[in-house]
Parts: sequence; structure tokens; C-alpha cells
Amino acid sequence: MAAHAHAVAPRTRAVESTRSWRTLDRIGLLFCWAAGIALCLITAAIVLYMLVKGVQFLRPHLLVTHPQPDLDQSKTGGFLDPILGTLILTVIGISVALPLGVATAVWLTEYGRPASLARAVESGVEIVAGTPSIVLAIFGLVVFQQHIFSWMSFTAQGNAVFARSFLTAGAMMSLIALPLVVGSTREALQSIPRHVREASYALGKSRFATIRRVLLPAARPGMATGATLGMGRIAGDTAIVVILLGASLQLQAEGSTPLLKTLRGTGSTLTSYVYNNSPAGEGNAPQKAYAAAFVLLLIVVALNFAVDVLVRRRKEPQWIR
Amino acid sequence: MADLPGRVSGQRQDRRAELGLGALASCVLLLIVGMVVFVFGKAWPSFAHNGLAWFGGGGNVDRQLTDIFNSPANPSNYVYKMHAWPLLYGTAVTTLGAVVIGITFALLSAVFIVEFAPAQLRRVLEPVVRLLAAVPSVIYGLIGILVIVPFVGNHLISQGRKESVQFVVQLNGTSLLVAVLILTVMIVPIMIAIMVDALRAVPSAWTEGSAALGVNRWRTIWSISVRAARPAIVAAAVLATARALGEAIMLSMVSGSVGFAPNPIDGLTFFVEPTRPLAATIVDNAEGLSVKPFGQTLYAFAAVLLVSSMFLSLAGWAAKQPLRKYGNA
Repeated sequence: MAAHAHAVAPRTRAVESTRSWRTLDRIGLLFCWAAGIALCLITAAIVLYMLVKGVQFLRPHLLVTHPQPDLDQSKTGGFLDPILGTLILTVIGISVALPLGVATAVWLTEYGRPASLARAVESGVEIVAGTPSIVLAIFGLVVFQQHIFSWMSFTAQGNAVFARSFLTAGAMMSLIALPLVVGSTREALQSIPRHVREASYALGKSRFATIRRVLLPAARPGMATGATLGMGRIAGDTAIVVILLGASLQLQAEGSTPLLKTLRGTGSTLTSYVYNNSPAGEGNAPQKAYAAAFVLLLIVVALNFAVDVLVRRRKEPQWIR
Repeated sequence: MADLPGRVSGQRQDRRAELGLGALASCVLLLIVGMVVFVFGKAWPSFAHNGLAWFGGGGNVDRQLTDIFNSPANPSNYVYKMHAWPLLYGTAVTTLGAVVIGITFALLSAVFIVEFAPAQLRRVLEPVVRLLAAVPSVIYGLIGILVIVPFVGNHLISQGRKESVQFVVQLNGTSLLVAVLILTVMIVPIMIAIMVDALRAVPSAWTEGSAALGVNRWRTIWSISVRAARPAIVAAAVLATARALGEAIMLSMVSGSVGFAPNPIDGLTFFVEPTRPLAATIVDNAEGLSVKPFGQTLYAFAAVLLVSSMFLSLAGWAAKQPLRKYGNA
């Protein structure tokens, strides 16, 4: 065992040989390497497997045809509607989460008075971050069944509000993205040195003007990072979609107002499409599930890549030194 | 003096901005209060009818759920009998199993990435770990149900083993083992990401001091870096626990749709017995939400999840406080 550890170890940054180490330390090092290598293998296995299945089953026509319920798998169409659903939901979610999250972060870092309220809000954001999305989903269901929210979905017979629509699902999705937006905006604001604010005050600017003209522009890359992370999380969530978006394969519009009718209607997203086409759902079409999962994975990878670029290219304005 | 009115109105604007932003920020608190009120309000009949027996065992959970689903239309005849122990037990076992395995694995991997990995490997591993943390759970579930579950069902469970428990439960591969395995794979990247950041943030003077005293690299890491990063490790564990606790879709796909409590007395069979955690139960039965007593029972499950995740979040928040000393939190 020890000899083996010795054979593996010295190829690191060899500043010291492990020869003088105790046996127990060498075994520990061996475990460390084993964990690292296992991590690489598992990652490679997942990525390669999804890649192979994706290339095998993804056909261009799947991306542009509407899904149809049918027993014959050759007639069930593609997943255009789920892709649109994912897009709509992500846009709704992030356009609610971004302003709310930025406002919360600005208040927490720049004002934060009274301190007890700030601490409460801070831990509140933490609680929202830790709440399972399934709980958010069925919480949304009971809230949006109240009659004041009937404009967000449609009203069924017997005057019961259906509560399932893009608007309601998007509202709950925004709660998933909110903590990420708050977190990275706060981090960006905190990394702006004090003297930048003081310089602005010295020029006679009010706090609010400083925030709007100086701090927010400087924190923009942080906000973008948070928003992108949040979009990735929204695109990948399934529980809220399964419960709050209704189970219709295609986009089912409600009412007659052009844009609003889609938003009030039900639909599906890539995640629910994958879930429903896996053996756990009703569709049971593994090929389609793999293809949709591959598209979903590509979206997530793209968003992740965007975060990487944003973080790396965080161009700080000249005056932050 | 000429700009005095301007300044005064600037101050007033400032005051208004503070109030407005504060009000928006406080919405979060309102939301949490709303969440507790609505979920518990909806869940109350289920708890009230069962008392503490709700948390106890006894009877078949699935049969109880069916009875509740089929209860008579008359509100006074609603059936509420629910002894949720198998579901609670399933949640606890899957979560704890995944978190315990995950912490060990994540800590070793984080130390590997920070200290021992060759530079090229490290450059690849770090973004990849972040990517893995972002992979949607439904994709893990899909791989689980299409690849791992059939493998376990066909190759790891012998016919004799299936027959040994066939009057109690069907063994088909959807099992505790697969659930814990995939859950571990899901939560490890999150933990690694947090731990790597924390291990990096340990002041290099501390580790250099240790090395200067002749302590070897392995011991330096374990006695200085890991010890200094303890709050972050706790925070990572808490976050991962919250994630594992609330995972619904993936678990409903791979853990088997039977409200069964795997029995450790069964020996190795224990690992391949199906189970179904709370969150997965809600997803599996979502179409019954409109049946009143059934919906109330599902909200009771959600209430249990909500309370546990709140405690976890608060614990995590508390664990992160010491980190502020080092300026990273």
C-alpha cells in the first residue's frame, strides 16, 4: 500500500518527497488521489454519456416540430414547445428576480438600517435559498388559487382558480434565482472600496445618486453573473414546472389578449418534457428524453460558460483602484 | 446657498429611496411568513386528526394515501389517517447517507484540487466541478432510471434475493442504493466548490509557518487548512443537506414509488430495497392535490420539509458567521 502511494505521489509539485512521511499520511494521500481520480472519471462518464446519447438521438427536426400526444413514437413530434416554455419561464423568472434581488442587495450593503431588520432579511434570503423547490411549488399553488390572483391563470368551472400558468410558475421560479442574484450583487458591491463612495459624497452627491450613478454601474458584472446563475437554476428546475405549469405538452393559450394569453396559459419545459418521457412519466420515449436532456444540458453549459466569461472579464472601471 | 433647495430635495429623495429599497428587501420576510402561514394552514387538518401518531409508524403508507384519496365527498367523512414514518425514514436515510458519503469524498477531492492536483488537471477540474453543480437534477434522474436502475436490477440483485422478500416488496433496481449514489453525485460538486474556496482563503502565512516547522504537506493541510476552513465545511454540509432533503424529481425517478421503509435487519438486501422520501411523494401524487383531504396531507409533507429546511438554513447562516473574520462570506 505504502509503496503504491509512493509510486503515485511524487508527480505533484514535487517540493518534498513523500519518502519521509509516515505510512498513515501516505495512505491519506493515496485516498486523496483516489477521490480526485474518481471525480474525473465520474464527470467524464456523465459528460461523455450525455454527449453520445445526444448526438445519437438529437435530430434537427425535433427542435422545430410541435410535440403531439400519440402512442406511436414516430408521430409524437419534437420539442419546440418545451424549448419555448423554458425560454418564457426563464425570462419571466429573471425579470422578477433581478430588480428585486438588486434592490435587496443594495439595501443590505448600502443602508442596512435598522441592523436587526437587515440581519433578518439576510437570514430570510438564506431561508429562501434553502427551501426545496417542491415546497415553493405547492406554496405557489395555494397562494395563486386566491381570487385576487385569478388574472394570472384561468378560472375553471365552479369559480375555482386553476393557479397553473407561465405567470404563476415564473413568479415562483424567480424565488429560486433571487438568492443567487442577491449573493453576487452583494459581493460586487462589497468589493467596491469605501473611498469610491466617499469621493462621490465629497462631490455633493446624495447616497441615492451615488448608488445609481457610481455603485450600480460598477457592480454590473456581478449582477450579470448572478442573473446568469439564476437563469441556469430556473432552466434546470423541474418540480415547479411539474406542479405549477399544468401538464399540457403544447403551449395552451388562455383568453384573447395577444401576449398575455400565452403567459396565462399552460405548457411544458425541457425539464418536464424529459421527466414525462422518461420511464417515470407517461410518455416513455427514452430517445426523445435523451435528446431533450442533451439540449437542456447545452443550455446549462452555455450559461455556465457565460458566467465564466463574465467573471474572468470583470472589467473594473478605471476609477476603482 | 443657492443649491440648498436642491440638496434638501436630494435628501428627501434619499430618504424615499432608503424606505423603498428597505420595503422591497423586507418582502422576503413577508414571503417567508406567507409560506409558513399558507402551508401550515393547509396542512393543519392532517396534523390535527392524527396528533403525534402522524410521525409514527404503523400500517401501509401507500394504502393510507389511497384511502385518503378515495375519501367520501362529505367533508365530515374525510379520511385523514396517516402514519408517515416510512416516508420520514426514507428521507432521513437517503439524505444522511448521501451527505455522509458526500462530505468525505468532497473533502478529499477539495484537498486534492487545492493542494495535490497537477496544474493542468486543476485548470480542467475547477470549471467542470462548477458545471456539474449546475446540471439539472432531471438529467441525473434520467441517467439513473435508464442506466443505473436496470443495471442494479439485472446484475446486482440475484433471483434468490428477489424471492426472499417477494411477499413484502418488489425488488426491481429502484432502490435506496441508487438513490443515495446519485444524490451523492449531485451534492458533491456543490460541497467541493465551497470547500475549495475556503481552503484557498486560508492565509498562506499559516500554512507556510507550519511547513517551516518541518510539518509535511499532508499534515499541514489537515491540521491547519482544513481546521481553519471548518466553518465553511459545515456550511457546505448544511447546503448539501438542504439540497438533498428537497430533491424531489430525481428521487421520484430512481428510488422506487413505494412507501416502504428499508429494513437494516435484511442485511445486504437493505440497500436494494425501494423507498420514497417526502419530496418525491409530493411529486408522485401531485395530480391528487385537488382532492381536499389528500391535498392537505401533501401539504403536511411540505410543512415538514419546510420546517427542516428552515432549521438547516439558519444553522448554515450561523455556521457562516465565523467566516466573516477572514473576509469571505
